Amino acid sequence: MKTVDATLAKSFGLNAEEYAKVLEIMGRTPSFTELGIFSVMWSEHCSYKSSRVWLKELPTKAPWVIHGPGENAGVIDIGEGMAAIFKMESHNHPSFIEPYQGAATGVGGILRDVFTMGARPIANLNALRFGDPALPVTKRVVDGVVRGIGGYGNCVGVPTVGGEVNFHPAYNGNPLVNAMTVGIAAQDKIFLSAAAGIGNPVVYVGSKTGRDGIHGATMASTEFDASSEEKRPTVQVGDPFTEKLLIEACLELMQTDAIVAIQDMGAAGLTSSSVEMAGKGGVGIELILDDVPQRETGMTAYEMMLSESQERMLLVLKPERAEMARAIIAKWDLDYAIIGHITDTGRIIVKHKGVVEADIPLDPLAEAAPLYRRPIAETPKPAPLGPVNSDMRLDEALLKLIASPDLCSRRWIFDQYDSTVGGQTVKRPAQADAAIVRLEGTNRALALTTDCTPRYCVADPEAGGAQAVVEAWRNITATGATPLAVTDNMNFGNPEKPEIMGQFAAAIKGMAAACTALDFPVVSGNVSLYNETEGKGILPTPAIGAVGVIEDASKAVGLALKPGHDLIVIGASKGELGRSLWLREILGQETGAPPAIDLAAERRNGDFVRAQILAGNVAACHDVSDGGLLVAVAEMALAGDTGAALTAPETSHAFWFGEEQARYVLAVQDGAKLLAAAKEAGIPAVQIGHADGAKSLTHSDTIAISLSQLREAHERFFPAWFAL
Amino acid sequence: MRTAILLFPGINRERDMAIAVRQSFGAEPKMVWHKETDLSGIDLVIIPGGFSFGDYLRCGAMAAQSPIMRAVKDHAARGGYVLGVCNGFQILTEAGLLPGALLRNAGLRFLSMDTMLRVERADTVFTSKWETGAIFRAPMAHGDGNYAADTATLDRLEGENLVAFRYADGNRNGAARDIAGIYSPNLRILGLMPHPEDLVDPLLGGTDGKPLFDSLAAA
Repeated sequence: MKTVDATLAKSFGLNAEEYAKVLEIMGRTPSFTELGIFSVMWSEHCSYKSSRVWLKELPTKAPWVIHGPGENAGVIDIGEGMAAIFKMESHNHPSFIEPYQGAATGVGGILRDVFTMGARPIANLNALRFGDPALPVTKRVVDGVVRGIGGYGNCVGVPTVGGEVNFHPAYNGNPLVNAMTVGIAAQDKIFLSAAAGIGNPVVYVGSKTGRDGIHGATMASTEFDASSEEKRPTVQVGDPFTEKLLIEACLELMQTDAIVAIQDMGAAGLTSSSVEMAGKGGVGIELILDDVPQRETGMTAYEMMLSESQERMLLVLKPERAEMARAIIAKWDLDYAIIGHITDTGRIIVKHKGVVEADIPLDPLAEAAPLYRRPIAETPKPAPLGPVNSDMRLDEALLKLIASPDLCSRRWIFDQYDSTVGGQTVKRPAQADAAIVRLEGTNRALALTTDCTPRYCVADPEAGGAQAVVEAWRNITATGATPLAVTDNMNFGNPEKPEIMGQFAAAIKGMAAACTALDFPVVSGNVSLYNETEGKGILPTPAIGAVGVIEDASKAVGLALKPGHDLIVIGASKGELGRSLWLREILGQETGAPPAIDLAAERRNGDFVRAQILAGNVAACHDVSDGGLLVAVAEMALAGDTGAALTAPETSHAFWFGEEQARYVLAVQDGAKLLAAAKEAGIPAVQIGHADGAKSLTHSDTIAISLSQLREAHERFFPAWFAL
Repeated sequence: MRTAILLFPGINRERDMAIAVRQSFGAEPKMVWHKETDLSGIDLVIIPGGFSFGDYLRCGAMAAQSPIMRAVKDHAARGGYVLGVCNGFQILTEAGLLPGALLRNAGLRFLSMDTMLRVERADTVFTSKWETGAIFRAPMAHGDGNYAADTATLDRLEGENLVAFRYADGNRNGAARDIAGIYSPNLRILGLMPHPEDLVDPLLGGTDGKPLFDSLAAA
């Protein structure tokens, strides 16, 4: 065994100062296993040491928040005694090294965070960012990630109902895979992780422990370089069948009163679950590793404590219920083992083969965890975009935009995901701005979306952070649902670089302002830093996953335009083209400032739109975002297979492709009535066209395009890419 | 119609199926764990979709060896009704209760989308609420739905009018002769790949799948 010293600590990811702190806490040289425990608990991934000081700036409270950040997932009141439990988490680093397993285990991990709290998972979403589609590696990563998400999600029987995909060369060496799970539970049946009851058995349930994923949390806390391929053994392998058994076994056990505390073994496996459970409960824990179910022979204490083998849970049970619990777990053919007990020592003591391999006081392990207020350098505010124009016809520009990788149909992807299992999916992918999933046995439904526009964030992280929140809020609003809360997945580069930390701090500031203004608290989240390869960082990507509720799911509206409807734009159109997709795809520029955020206008316009939808005055609704107004109208036309005659007097590219915020396109039976209601409410609204029954989009002499042309362009990219 | 829905580890559409059964039958189905051995008093056995045993060996191969399958075979031999959907269809072929096999989709990708199905005959307990030739919509969600059998078997299925449903809007998974579902010779066992149970509610996009359950309820 290697000598434990500062050099070894460094190779475990602990710097000199951190190792000195370990020595101080221990009062002696730590054992190899103890060093391993410190290094994973104090890794960026587990300790949030660079981000904690900023995360606390986010609003986390509202009357409907039951549990905010700090638990395995956020919990909100969704009415009728029910709670929605949800979180989004990244699996970026593993997904680059091994796309299929990286993405699959990302889905598995986030599912466990949710059902460990007592929720049946009812929906998965995923926010994906990939590199330049022209590179062969991008195709390989997209293929593996999509198969991995499908392979895991389809097998466990949780519908994958939504998400988003972007492409940008900044993700060439560092794709982002952010997976979100939403579950539901009875509010009086929510399970937490704080251990209690001196002498209570600590029980291991699930798959056996192997040598996979050792030090995965540390890997996720460093940059990539050419040697990253060597890190493949730190990627875990998923077993969705066992996960499905684990879900059913845990939910069955949760119907009894056997469980005192429960936590999944995620990043840093047995170490983080045991340390966190005992720490939160203010107790101690003793583990006897000889009793851990093992897949391989000869495993050491170090390996068992740091393994990230998947599909495992740690439970504290009432001793008198342990036998009943064992029988339920055995019914599902899963391993069950008592591997220790709760103590009053305030220490974690790990024994293996009669030897004490680790003996660490829990409070200092948690409280002395490093906390850095790293230097920040503010991103200079971008200069506004000067006058730009194009001679291209509007319809030609539309065709080009709607065929581009960032705007084309995602059908090829979501056709590989089971979106209907569970029998509650009211609006499937691409049918509405947010997926709608009903709560079984009720009329109530959740509206779910993920959003972020990284090209805005890189130009102005504060505006970009706010924009991610307002777009998520709009997407839920556009279905008629009331937005309730968000989970955030902060994907950034190396926090030791001041400009990256500056992006992070600014994004948080923008998010906090938007969440506050919209009563849209952050209840859970995840931070992924060091998203850099060969020193090149990704676009700052604060992905937002959001949940809303609609009391009567039959009132939810989708995108589909139908003949006879009038098209009304809510919100002021100003023609802001800075950082727009039009600018990038038509003029080849990524310049200017992103569209301004007006939080009061967002709130006002959104509340008006939602009230109109719930009053039954709106047949279809789509928020205006990537690609602007004309793209929004085209997407509605394609969804409903219904064309429109556009009548707005403007013919400028800025009007039709500007991406200013706080806007919606509504399809309504009675345009005059809606305009009158908007006028009375002081909401900007104009009619821009009418669905005349023709299968085309037309406008003066600038737009004449058939739906079949539009559809061909929109559907072309992915099938063509993968047909080769 | 006293109904049992079989639960194998890894099955995941049992809840969807129970909802459809409850709605059309007005009665609660009995959920039966795969290690049980008794199906007495049951008129209809339903094997729902999912990934029994993870589909790790061959879809349905492990489940076909479960203890409950002995009882299913006895039930079938007594002339009892059996409905297998998706993984349930795969299990029925692996158990030898229906001929042929479901291979990996021709494109080697999981396929999840609505498909149109043609009702090949409307004189069975499963299809009496449709007209022969009716076209209906059903979601499909499978990686292994490519129905295959030798030519003699396919000819016999067609000759004896045992094809239940065919894909009517394009054959995405490569199934022989566009076959989406088949009957046993006594017309009391039906296996099909798509999921009528996921389209029995207007709010979820339609009620195209409901006639299957209404037909059984009327039997």
